[in-house]
Amino acid sequence: MAQRWGLPIVAWPSRLRPNVWDGIALPLVLGAVILLAWASQQMSQPFHVGERLPIALDPRMLPQYALRTVMRMALALVGSLVFSIVYAAAAAKSRRAEKLLIPVLDILQSVPILGFLSITVTGFIALFPGSLLGYECAAIFAIFTSQAWNMTFSLYQSFLGVPHDLREAARMYRLSPWQSFWQLEMPFALPNLVWNMMMSVSGGWFFVVASEAISVGGNTVLLPGIGSYIAVAIDRRNLHAVGYAIFAMLVLILIYDQLLFRPLLAWVQRFKVEEIAGDEIEPPWFLVMVQRARVIRGLALAVALVARLSSRVSHTLPSLPQVARSPQRTGRILDLAWTAILAVGAAAAAVEIGRYIRVEVGWHEVAHVVLLGAITLVRVIVLIVLAALIWVPIGVWIGLRPRLARRIQPVIQFLAAFPANLFFPIAVSAIVAFRLDAEVWLSPLMILGTQWYILFNVIAGTLSLPTDYQFVAGNLGVRRWLWWRRLILPGIFPAFVTGAVTASGGSWNASIVAEVVRWGDTSLQATGIGAYIANETAAGDFPRIALGVAVLCLYVLLLNRLLWRRLYQLAEERLRLD
Amino acid sequence: MPAEITLAVEAGTSLIAANAVCKTYATGDAAGRLVLDHVDFALKEGEIVAILGKSGSGKSTFLRVLAGLTEPSDGFATYRGRPVTAPVQGMAMVFQSFALFPWLTVLGNVELGLEAQGVPMDDRHRRAIAAIDLIGLDGFESAYPKELSGGMRQRVGFARALVVNPDVLLLDEPFSQLDVLTAETLRGDIEDLWRDRRIPTKGIILVSHNIEDAVVLADRIIVFGSDPGCIRADIPVTLPRPRDQANPIFRSLVDQVYALLTTVPGAEAAKRRAEPIGLGYRVPDASIQQLTGLLDALSQPPYEGRADLPKLAESEHLSTDSLMVLVETLQLLGFAQVGGGDIEMLPPGRAFAAADLQHRKQIYADHLRRAVPLAAHIRRVLDERPGHSAPEGRFLAELEDYLSEEEARQVFETVINWGRYAELFAYDIDSGVLSLENP
Repeated sequence: MAQRWGLPIVAWPSRLRPNVWDGIALPLVLGAVILLAWASQQMSQPFHVGERLPIALDPRMLPQYALRTVMRMALALVGSLVFSIVYAAAAAKSRRAEKLLIPVLDILQSVPILGFLSITVTGFIALFPGSLLGYECAAIFAIFTSQAWNMTFSLYQSFLGVPHDLREAARMYRLSPWQSFWQLEMPFALPNLVWNMMMSVSGGWFFVVASEAISVGGNTVLLPGIGSYIAVAIDRRNLHAVGYAIFAMLVLILIYDQLLFRPLLAWVQRFKVEEIAGDEIEPPWFLVMVQRARVIRGLALAVALVARLSSRVSHTLPSLPQVARSPQRTGRILDLAWTAILAVGAAAAAVEIGRYIRVEVGWHEVAHVVLLGAITLVRVIVLIVLAALIWVPIGVWIGLRPRLARRIQPVIQFLAAFPANLFFPIAVSAIVAFRLDAEVWLSPLMILGTQWYILFNVIAGTLSLPTDYQFVAGNLGVRRWLWWRRLILPGIFPAFVTGAVTASGGSWNASIVAEVVRWGDTSLQATGIGAYIANETAAGDFPRIALGVAVLCLYVLLLNRLLWRRLYQLAEERLRLD
Repeated sequence: MPAEITLAVEAGTSLIAANAVCKTYATGDAAGRLVLDHVDFALKEGEIVAILGKSGSGKSTFLRVLAGLTEPSDGFATYRGRPVTAPVQGMAMVFQSFALFPWLTVLGNVELGLEAQGVPMDDRHRRAIAAIDLIGLDGFESAYPKELSGGMRQRVGFARALVVNPDVLLLDEPFSQLDVLTAETLRGDIEDLWRDRRIPTKGIILVSHNIEDAVVLADRIIVFGSDPGCIRADIPVTLPRPRDQANPIFRSLVDQVYALLTTVPGAEAAKRRAEPIGLGYRVPDASIQQLTGLLDALSQPPYEGRADLPKLAESEHLSTDSLMVLVETLQLLGFAQVGGGDIEMLPPGRAFAAADLQHRKQIYADHLRRAVPLAAHIRRVLDERPGHSAPEGRFLAELEDYLSEEEARQVFETVINWGRYAELFAYDIDSGVLSLENP
């Protein structure tokens, strides 16, 4: 009887008697707690500007550095999660907040991540004088910015997309707004959120590596971590150490994947609204352990108890008045007022920005930076086209072989997560050795890490093409170029666009680290807006950093509006298969 | 203050009442579209009332007004004499789409309403298990909705509603997504529970477009007319329970309701003949294939041009709803007429059925231009324009004076399809341009 409905709280003894899984779970849980405590304690070490933290290239130090890196990633992830829940809930619940929050988010999304680092680092240092915490915060904030916007958009869209009938059921059975948020809206949003978290984290590794070595006004601070380890290795031209770092990163990503995302992805399957069962993922070993180990069950019960209490407390609160999304007359006047305030604020900001630019840098400099942006734009477009020419045929070839595709997809996902900047030193030593032109040969580095998104999506797109179409094409004798034009290219177009958008965004971001690359004391430069921002950051010229970041941001926005969004719409309207 | 007087009088007997309820949805022009027009209604204690109507007649909206899920534009609904502005304790609803939370088990779903009321855990378990047993789901407590068939899912929907011991049960097309056999079993079980008084529920409102469901379950059938939604008929059903579907009285009741649902009432028909339908008429969304199929079937034996509607639905495997859409279109085009639950082909309909493909298109085109102002209007504009083409936006904008954006789109697409078949005009979806040339 006790087992009849899942998790009864009677019968504690038999349910909490340890089993085999506890043998693995207990040390893991305790060990993780101790390690995290140590790592967080390390973060607030005293530190003074100009000091140099020793980074040793001894591979035995790598686990420790890796832990610090993981810690930063985890903190950024938690921060992103909290931010996205609050921000998305506000935007989805209030029409007025939505008007401001969503466009702001759209802009934030196009600001280069490393630009955030350049802009915010001085502020964070001022916040925690005499401590390393300021630098840690700046690095974590940069990682946060690489994850938060995506996750927030995903949540916001999920909140808006909660099926109407489920909403009605929640209202009919009189769930309080608090209850309905945790019982309906969050669970509904979970599958997309977790998927997005995984993609964001895989993008985040790149920025962890890039943000650990922070340059402020000529000083470079190396936060202990894999990124700094590799920075030192580059400085000392130590290829062995680069190899160790690459290996350590590999292990880290595998651990995140195995211990966090595989289990999470399998677990959130149950939250999908699709009506049919089946298509189940094989439960990953870690999820099985979590679900079987009594220790963790005990923890889960405790959490459930807290949730229940909070739900009871919320019940005693007076329920909030329903916010009407349909405009009433008084509402309309308030709306107008709100729009007016936003417009005035925007205009004032625009005037102030214009004045600031004129005073601090001058319009001549602006024109120069716009030109640099155009050069980088050409690079990005050429690279996307090249990557498409290479990866579309290969992706289609793989996609037409489903068994091969299933085996190769995790590998590509892994490649996408792997921070490409770890490979930069190898590329640079090659460019130096063969005396290649940096303007041309540095460019591929921009797309090194993000080209995998194109391949990944093309494979997925090809896999999802109904085999009937191929039979029909074969039956009618459609071959070669006609086969590409009439069947494959239209069929994979939506998937390709998704991949290309991601690759393009990633390339803009990477330009800041890819257009200026060092190897020991050799420094290679390509002309472009990325190099401009990198150089000004190193020089600590704040107005010019801001200018560079703003112009880069404008380019990304324009490219999104004029190209990607239109292609997206075309794909949605005409070529979607269902 | 007549409204307050009615309130006082009805408080003793009515569980739920609606007083001159109106509902308007926003459209392009300022007035909006009226979907409910002064609907008065009362549910007495101990009664099951079925509300029948075509899809789009506003019956679901009406149910949501009664439930407090939708605010009426005018008039008000009451529950036990008190006005309803938000969902109240004492009412529970069963949804057409089940509306189960996929991340909760059967037990979790059933407990949801109790949890919201703050019922203590032990009590909650006990009551939920009892409701699950009552509805015949024991053994499935820990299953997720995904694992269940449609019929089982709707049983969870019923258990979730019954567990809060509702005074009034609101059923929104609860059987329409189930296959016939499953629907009949579930319907029978619900009727048993009601007849044997095993549930404390004092009144049930069933919204449906299935006439048999209504005649089997209801003590009273209310037929909704559409555009705007209003009560057209209120028919008491006094047959003893359980009702025998083979009983001639049962059959004649079904026929009677069928007739009511498919015929345009006399006064309106007369008005329609004198003054044809307007540009913004919501033409039924009928497919050409089904129309021609139905005309073919009608013209052949055993019907030979005349058929009993329930029988026709059965022999052509059409749901009441889709049959009504087709029948309305045939009437609209002047291909057939309906009277007393029978459909009869008119000469144009017979001519259409006898003709070959090219001829059919001609006949169809003639009648389309005569009967559907929008089709005629589009053709006229294209004829007059020098380039014989026009953007869709202009017609959609005209439609949006009468209809919501979504409805305007729907009507436009239906007429486009009819016009394409009739070769009255051509349409290019990429550019959104209508023209006279046929590629």
